[in-house]
Amino acid sequence: MRDVAVIGVGLNEKWGEIWEKSLRDLYTEAALNAIDDAGVDHIDSLYVGCMTSGLFVSQEHLGSLMADYLGQNPVPATRVESACASGGVAFRQGYLEVASGASDIVLVGGVEKMTDVSGDEATFALSAAADMEYECYQGITFPGLYALVARAHMHRYGTTPMQLAHVAVKNHKNGSLNPVAQYGFEITPQGVLDSVMVADPLHILDCSPITDGAAAAVLCPLDLAKKLSKKPPVKVLASAQATSTIALHSRKDMTWFDSTAVAAEKAYKAAGKGPKDLHVVELHDCFTIAEIVVLEALGLVERGKGGTTAESGMTALGGKIPVNTSGGLKSKGHPVGATGVAQIVEVTRQLRGESGPRQVKGAKVGLTQNMGGTGGSCVIHILEAA
Amino acid sequence: MANPAKYWREIPQRYRLEAAKCQSCGEIFFPPRLICSRCKSRKFEKIKLSDQGKILTYTVIRTGPSQFADQTPYAVGVVEMDGGGMITSQIADCEFDQLAVGQRVRVEFRRLQKQGPAGILCYGYKCVPA
Repeated sequence: MRDVAVIGVGLNEKWGEIWEKSLRDLYTEAALNAIDDAGVDHIDSLYVGCMTSGLFVSQEHLGSLMADYLGQNPVPATRVESACASGGVAFRQGYLEVASGASDIVLVGGVEKMTDVSGDEATFALSAAADMEYECYQGITFPGLYALVARAHMHRYGTTPMQLAHVAVKNHKNGSLNPVAQYGFEITPQGVLDSVMVADPLHILDCSPITDGAAAAVLCPLDLAKKLSKKPPVKVLASAQATSTIALHSRKDMTWFDSTAVAAEKAYKAAGKGPKDLHVVELHDCFTIAEIVVLEALGLVERGKGGTTAESGMTALGGKIPVNTSGGLKSKGHPVGATGVAQIVEVTRQLRGESGPRQVKGAKVGLTQNMGGTGGSCVIHILEAA
Repeated sequence: MANPAKYWREIPQRYRLEAAKCQSCGEIFFPPRLICSRCKSRKFEKIKLSDQGKILTYTVIRTGPSQFADQTPYAVGVVEMDGGGMITSQIADCEFDQLAVGQRVRVEFRRLQKQGPAGILCYGYKCVPA
């Protein structure tokens, strides 16, 4: 398999409730930004990561749609779905297509248009990432599922609501430096605890929002990167993916994301790196408790100690290992299919030194972790400044 | 919801807790499935889950989906049934501040939700403190 590099990245202008832009508008805007950033004059293939354009805007066949609107017919185009990991899995598919030699220049884009339906319909659409017949039928919601994880983690390890709140505060602090962020403003720990309770113990400010947005990246073989692009290439050191049970109640341990742990082990091995070698991490903070458990599953903190990470400043921008410098899902927003690709965009920019006020000095190695549902799927990438 | 088959085919599970026990390794699956995920055997024994169990984790849903608007706020938990089998279930008829990990519960046949403009009533299991 060939070495692969990211040579172009882009987002659409702003993430949030973007009434004027449609699903196809968002994707093509981000894709064109990535293509311009790469400076390529053609692509061989494209991927579209999107959880459920069908339930949100009643549109399927996104491969054809996006290739058409990008002016790229007849290149092959593939829709990838893995709930909230759709973007990350799409990126992995694009990576594999280049690594295998099947294509040279591949565009991967992720998009979700969530605000054309009511809040209720959006909640229903999102719940399709869980077990519809045996979890959702019973009345559980997504915040509810993560609340079950939080309660189990608090019961076993003594994690507190204040420790959860610090995760949201940290991510908002970073998001306030990100012009694309949906909620780019700071919040306080007490503000989180005082915000309306959604599912005990998760408050509304523990939960990532409903967002319209898109992100894209251009991949090519590392050998070609210097010829094609003026920007410093970022090498994909590892790409790993794993699944777990669809239902939370089928897990052996509900305080753990085994799909993250399995994918992380594979990724570290393939990259020849360990948790200590990482300079920046973008992970899937769909809820504050998710960041806490993922940090443990990535081996960045001892099992059960995830609650201390934001509280102690370990994962702050100036901390030992900055996590979610983009603002994370919480502050930047979570257009489901776009999230995994946006993580790649953030880490790529960090490794190129392009992150401005959010720059982690000397960042050379970064990790992205994207997961679907309550961890039913997980995809991890490790990137290195080439 | 025009076609009730989606609801009807889950009735053995929702009304009677019918499950499957792997004949090779004894792992219990609710709902039943075609292949054991532990040992890959395809042979199962038809069983029913016990109607008694204990709470492993719980939450109180305060912002619920519209089908449950008339029940909000309500408690939901993961319950481990005696003898095996894990379910996600509402915990009804309880004081929220008395919910606890390890609490004993038993299953009751209850109305879960109404569907569609005709308001087809959908039933299933809920747990109540034992």
